[in-house]
Amino acid sequence: MSHPSIQEIGEEIVEEFSWFSSWEEKYEHLIEMGRQLPIIDAAYKTNERLVRGCQSKVWLHAESEDHRVVFRADSDAIITKGIVALLVRALSHQTPEDIVRSDLGFIDTIGLKAHLSPTRSNGLVSMIHQMKQYAGNQLNH
Amino acid sequence: MNAELPDILSWRKGSSAQPVDWEKLRNDFPILQRQVNGHPLAYLDNAASAQKPWQVKEAEQALYDQYYANVHRGVHTLSQEGTNAFEEARAWVASFINAPEKEEVIFTKGTTDGINLLAYTFGLDYLKPGDEILLTGMEHHANIVPWQLAARRTGAVIKVVPVLDNGTLDLESFDKLLSEKTKLLSMVWVSNSLGTINPVDYMVPKAKSLGVPVLLDAAQAAPHMAIDVQALDIDFLVFSAHKVIGPTGFGVLYGKRSWLDMLPPFMGGGDMIDQVRFEETTFNALPHKFEAGTPHISGAIGFCAALKYLAQIGMDRVAAREQELGELCRTKLREAFPKLRFIGEATERVAVVSFLLGEAHPYDVGFILDKEGVAVRTGHHCCQPLMDRFRVPGTVRASFAFYNTKSEIDQLIAALAKAQKMLLP
Repeated sequence: MSHPSIQEIGEEIVEEFSWFSSWEEKYEHLIEMGRQLPIIDAAYKTNERLVRGCQSKVWLHAESEDHRVVFRADSDAIITKGIVALLVRALSHQTPEDIVRSDLGFIDTIGLKAHLSPTRSNGLVSMIHQMKQYAGNQLNH
Repeated sequence: MNAELPDILSWRKGSSAQPVDWEKLRNDFPILQRQVNGHPLAYLDNAASAQKPWQVKEAEQALYDQYYANVHRGVHTLSQEGTNAFEEARAWVASFINAPEKEEVIFTKGTTDGINLLAYTFGLDYLKPGDEILLTGMEHHANIVPWQLAARRTGAVIKVVPVLDNGTLDLESFDKLLSEKTKLLSMVWVSNSLGTINPVDYMVPKAKSLGVPVLLDAAQAAPHMAIDVQALDIDFLVFSAHKVIGPTGFGVLYGKRSWLDMLPPFMGGGDMIDQVRFEETTFNALPHKFEAGTPHISGAIGFCAALKYLAQIGMDRVAAREQELGELCRTKLREAFPKLRFIGEATERVAVVSFLLGEAHPYDVGFILDKEGVAVRTGHHCCQPLMDRFRVPGTVRASFAFYNTKSEIDQLIAALAKAQKMLLP
């Protein structure tokens, strides 16, 4: 079976979040997703992989496997990490073309877009930028 | 000086003989009536910036509606009236800090601007290779980076007074670090992230006894206490209006005339000149020498209104009210959250409460508090060296102003209980 597309994973996430009516439930779910994100190897948590935000830190590691990009990521803040988990779930194991083209509208649909605002300075905006940049570089090779 | 200006005792006691009705006074701050995320706003981020009473807005509006023109320029009536109001603001600021002359009050964009002005004038003119600038380990980045830039250009060296575990300065080290090599002691009076009130009564005379000039960063002191630059024989003092219930983008640099006359200008332009020739330009007298270009006129007018507002209450009553709120907050937090750890437990402190809740990240805590209408600051508070010293990524900081209430503390406690439930399994 082929890996579901970014679009399909986005729809899956929207469906999942539609179960929750209060912000508390939604964030408890997000926090749970953050807790379940596979722990990134300490060797990957280097300064070069650190995406700096004033509020929270994000580490991002990317590599290519069979023409697809695999992302591993982490954050020191659990709400940020929950969103990191969503982004990794949607964008990892996708083709560089699809990653570059992705619009990540599902984050808005589930009401978490505020976390992607540059003023939050939590590292997420730079993380998405770096994910797309890495994918873009793969295309140019 | 103007007869209606309060003297230092009046600044402390306040001009109103009546006891202050704090709940009623809160109505002067329209923004405090609003809701955030379906809850009443509990604004506990006053150390970042304070809210403004309507009197500040009204004063600025009156300027624009009735007598706005450029200052120090025109012969016409509006410019005269505007200049009078602008210079009245200077007199009020001088009175607020008990400066001997109002010409020693330089208007700036804020604390950062004032420190940069000194780093580029005093720093570049008076520092030589090997000279030392003495800072403390609890400085805001604004009192670190300008001196690093000056040190890089001059070959001067930065020395740092260490911070002890309880969030106070290591005075034994201070005594040892102060030497004939020290050319300036530039230090924060009140820490923005710990709330510690540093012992300037000890440190400033000690520095002065060795002939070392002192710059005090009073950004967090000015909102909370009466300041007397003469009593402490301070050479330079800087603060921002926006933290003292005044407008943003406006601030104050006080400097002793003997220094300010000696220092070169910082920026060139209009208003700061005496005569301009391509061969040589001569500079205007104080304070204009340091105020190039059209100043922040409405900032000065608004800040004057803010100071008049505070003069009625009196800074001792402001301090007592805030102290009560800050200590109550600490007590309630300590009782309700065994996992809570305070960062900074100096006995001399203002109502700044910096803490960590177990292993929870400050960003996560701050986010959940916001959902409950509670505004706090989270992060490193522009004090990365201090956060590194305590080995924390940052803190959650609740900081109080006199218009805060005890019920806002309860709202903080309830919101924090929710954060604990969600974040700490």
